[in-house]
Amino acid sequence: MNLHAIKAIYIFELARTWRTLFQSIAGPVISTSLYFIVFGAAIGGRFASVEGVSYGAFLVPGLVMMSVLTESVSNASFGIYMPRYSGTIYELLSAPVSAFETVIGYVGAAATKSVILGTLILLTARLFVDFSIAHPFWMVAFLVMTSVTFSLLGFILGIWADGWEKLQIVPMLIVTPLAFLGGSFYSISMLPPFWQKVTLFNPVVYLVSGFRWSFYGAADVPVALSLVMVALMMAICLAVVWWIFRTGYKLKN
Amino acid sequence: MQPIIQIRGLEKTYASGFQALKGVDLDIRRGEIFALLGPNGAGKTTLISIVCGIVRATAGSVTVDGHDIMRDWRAARSLIGLVPQELTTESFESVWATVSFSRGLFGKPPDPAVIERILKDLSLWDKKDTKVMALSGGMKRRVLIAKALSHEPRVLFLDEPTAGVDVELRRGMWEMIGRLRDSGVTIILTTHYIEEAEEMADSIGVISGGRIILVEEKAALMEKLGKRLLTLQLLNPLDAIPPEFAGYPLTLSADGRELVYSFDTQGERTGIAGLLRKLGDHGINYTNLRTEESSLEEIFVSLVKERA
Repeated sequence: MNLHAIKAIYIFELARTWRTLFQSIAGPVISTSLYFIVFGAAIGGRFASVEGVSYGAFLVPGLVMMSVLTESVSNASFGIYMPRYSGTIYELLSAPVSAFETVIGYVGAAATKSVILGTLILLTARLFVDFSIAHPFWMVAFLVMTSVTFSLLGFILGIWADGWEKLQIVPMLIVTPLAFLGGSFYSISMLPPFWQKVTLFNPVVYLVSGFRWSFYGAADVPVALSLVMVALMMAICLAVVWWIFRTGYKLKN
Repeated sequence: MQPIIQIRGLEKTYASGFQALKGVDLDIRRGEIFALLGPNGAGKTTLISIVCGIVRATAGSVTVDGHDIMRDWRAARSLIGLVPQELTTESFESVWATVSFSRGLFGKPPDPAVIERILKDLSLWDKKDTKVMALSGGMKRRVLIAKALSHEPRVLFLDEPTAGVDVELRRGMWEMIGRLRDSGVTIILTTHYIEEAEEMADSIGVISGGRIILVEEKAALMEKLGKRLLTLQLLNPLDAIPPEFAGYPLTLSADGRELVYSFDTQGERTGIAGLLRKLGDHGINYTNLRTEESSLEEIFVSLVKERA
């Protein structure tokens, strides 16, 4: 195990975050605050409570999840796409670093950043609404697992994309819609019966539901199912990453 | 002693169907500077990329200090430093950060003293906190060399190290490469500049059309393939070469003041003595004479042409 390489990649990637601190952290924190002001304070006041909590508090887990999902994908994809684009990937490919070590370095850094971001959004939310966390351990577990899974997805995207446009279009056309329709702003039970069924095909539903359960103890789908779904997504992403390195897809001639 | 790099039957066909290497066998001796010469598209970069693990070979094997690059890739790669042809650098990182990153990537614990020595050797020390993108092309090239040396490799690949580098800097780089060789590093460089190979290399390999067409020690190569020229400065200019000399490989300069005789250094008899005697017999006097060897460039061009 080349631990020095993992550490080098990890530190290098986090340094990139630090350099682009405003864009990396401040951007999502500000936009989340805006959601709270608009949905939580302005519109939310007109809603009765959802599943026993105020609409503002109900929003918190969903908004955190939404930012974590999109930021994980964009950070991890950018992290690996950049060296491919600039050509500096030659160094990684010629180094005594295994696929596994590469993934730990890049995905680990992207996921770390997402966890920090999620925590900051939670702290920001606390300024707007009062909320409690019923199962702190599971809250952290869901946050970490989601960060890792979607960073893996971003890593795959960053290897697949062969232009900046492709790099942008997947988050825009797939991740953002899934996140918006994943129950961040509503409970599935508010949907018509048909759409309640359809929405179960959206993996984000399970993440948001599980994450919200860790706050308020109530969920749209059983929490065990949420856990299984996260694990399944992670396994699929890992399998794809393994295949990428095995075949050298888009990395080696 | 076992060669530090052993290449056997190496072939590479790209997905496009282009066959870049058509069965390359090559041994590179420990501690030498090996220059790989060849025209554009001959397979130089492909060959280097396979040894370094960036391109997969279609067939054949490579060992680095006895470690197979496929089976024992970690050990093999740890020994190698690569300076790519293109100036592919990070943009926003400082020189120090990017060089330290490379050392870690190759599995070495951080060692500021080593990085400091490398940066000082390459005259980059005063730029250590500068962002790479703010550096000139020549400095970026040196940053790439510093990155390649950061893990103290035993073998250094330089893919056209002095392309686009000014004359003064090129000299400096040659000196640095010489010092590295003296410290025991084996250096393999590809180049277009024959001058560079002639100046630095111990051995020379010529690759053309995906095949190694020649590997030889430089001195032996120069001697074996070199032609020598004898130039005579004539006392009285000639209008034409007298017919009596028709059998000699002679050429006359445009102004008729110089007579050039070419001869093979390998020949038992150069024929110089006979020529000079005969010139005297015919009353052709000369004021000066000089001999010169053909340069590696001429050898190279004739070799590649021959094969084409």
